[in-house]
Amino acid sequence: MPSISRDEVAHLARLARLAVTDDELDLFAGQLDVILQSVATVGDIATADIPPTSHAVPLTNVFREDVVRPSLGQQQALAGAPAAEDGRFRVPRILGEEA
Amino acid sequence: MSDLIRSTAAELAARIASREVSAVEVTQAHLDRIGEVDGAVNAFLHVDTEGALKAAREVDDDIAAGAHVGPLAGVPIALKDVLTTEGVPTTVGSKILEGWVPPYDATVTRRLKEAGVVILGKTNMDEFAMGSSTENSAYGPTRNPWDLDRIPGGSGGGSAAALAAFEAPLSIGTDTGGSIRQPGAVTGTVGVKPTYGGVSRYGLVAFSSSLDQAGPCARTVLDAALLHEVIAGYDPMDSTSINAPVPPVVAAAREGANGDLSGVRVGVVTQFSGEGYQPGVLRSFEAAVAQLKQLGAEIVEVSCPSFDYALPAYYLIAPSEASSNLARFDAMRYGIRVGDDSTRSAEEVMSLTREAGFGPEVKRRIMIGTYALSSGYYDAYYGSAQKVRTLISRDFEAAFATVDVLVSPTTPTTAFRIGERTGDPLAMYKADLCTIPANLAGNAAMSLPSGLSDEDGLPVGLQLMAPALQDHRMYRVAAAYEVARDAAAGAPLIQGVPQLAGAAR
Repeated sequence: MPSISRDEVAHLARLARLAVTDDELDLFAGQLDVILQSVATVGDIATADIPPTSHAVPLTNVFREDVVRPSLGQQQALAGAPAAEDGRFRVPRILGEEA
Repeated sequence: MSDLIRSTAAELAARIASREVSAVEVTQAHLDRIGEVDGAVNAFLHVDTEGALKAAREVDDDIAAGAHVGPLAGVPIALKDVLTTEGVPTTVGSKILEGWVPPYDATVTRRLKEAGVVILGKTNMDEFAMGSSTENSAYGPTRNPWDLDRIPGGSGGGSAAALAAFEAPLSIGTDTGGSIRQPGAVTGTVGVKPTYGGVSRYGLVAFSSSLDQAGPCARTVLDAALLHEVIAGYDPMDSTSINAPVPPVVAAAREGANGDLSGVRVGVVTQFSGEGYQPGVLRSFEAAVAQLKQLGAEIVEVSCPSFDYALPAYYLIAPSEASSNLARFDAMRYGIRVGDDSTRSAEEVMSLTREAGFGPEVKRRIMIGTYALSSGYYDAYYGSAQKVRTLISRDFEAAFATVDVLVSPTTPTTAFRIGERTGDPLAMYKADLCTIPANLAGNAAMSLPSGLSDEDGLPVGLQLMAPALQDHRMYRVAAAYEVARDAAAGAPLIQGVPQLAGAAR
């Protein structure tokens, strides 16, 4: 198994939206390498003829009646928001400066 | 120490129903106990004094009015902080949800309230239920009442410690890879992971959706069974909830207490012993198996070779699902927001918030999951782990074709010292070695005390595993074993918990 580099960890952190520090990159690079090498042993017995299991209970297409049910009101839904304005979630700008 | 806090839930319910004692008195006794000892134990993140007393008064009023109340009405409970509670903070042990007050109740919460069970507060846990020691909580570790320098297990260390410290007779845990059973084992308490889909996940803050399962924790098998029947059952709000009758676990626990296990076939999983297992744990386990044989059970050895691969499969599947589930913590709709200075973009604010809000283990697992699901690595990691999951289910199927239940130690060692494994994630993960297969296959499993390890005097857990929807089988065996073990030892194990310093008599 390939070992995982500091740069790869930085890339994973970007993908996962984690603004990790340089110190964390040093720590995580070593730890993720050890963990990934260890868990890679699943490949030892996972031969091509075995079907994958995604879920312990085999369920497909769970339907319910299409009826109106009570739900959260606007105030309740916004009550836990870090910022709200005019009855909506207020979010930071979504486009970059150079966009 | 007040006899109210030492009582079982079944005894308390009977005394409350007969008006020998009021639910308010019982609740107040437990609130007082929490006030006395929780500074040392740190089992609770939030104590809802007013809410608990109000709920207790309502039960007393109902009983006074002659209303029919449920079998646990008026009995206090500690709720793991991963289940939402309307109007009461829910943090999941994370900074990212600090101060969040949910606008709705989880189905488990609702069922407890409807049954008149009194919610004392919310218990400490590893952040997002990721951990085996409760040291990953953003709010400080919980301490094991048997030895305050040791871990109470995890992720549900708060729920288990609350029982062992006599702060509550019942608690709720959630078990994704052993988070109910391993804390039960190391605190000398009973913890049950019901069949996956047996208890609704609605309002359970998701870690790994295909594995997460809430379940009952208690100091006796019967109490766990009574709580199991309160929280279990089909819920249309959870699409993976099983639409089938709840297994008759209370009847099974009462039947088992008669002490006859003739005709029951018990399989000892041969994979769960040897290197890495503490000798005292193995000796306690062997004594438990001998006890089951004395009760009439037929003991056979069963080999489940793919169980050796359960740990690596779990540490791919759970982080993969977590990396997706935890994407919802984006600083927009709930939780904290960091760095929103009107110049930074949503993406920058999101990354800064997640950096500040998540602890190291959560970040590690999100990144491992992100890696395992990446194109180019998916087949080798996540795909292979899903195949191992198939093999584990096949091993269980083959085993349950010849035996009724499987047994093993719950976890390879007794409670380790706080700080002992925090620098070594793989060593920490090994605490889940024996508990993970049941999560991957979705079948029922539980832990109950088998005694103290002879080399360190700390509790050891016996794990019982049963096929899906056959939860009652393990309750029957557990209840029979509990009666026999307690009789042989002269007292229930839990009575050996040391008096906590500063606690009133």
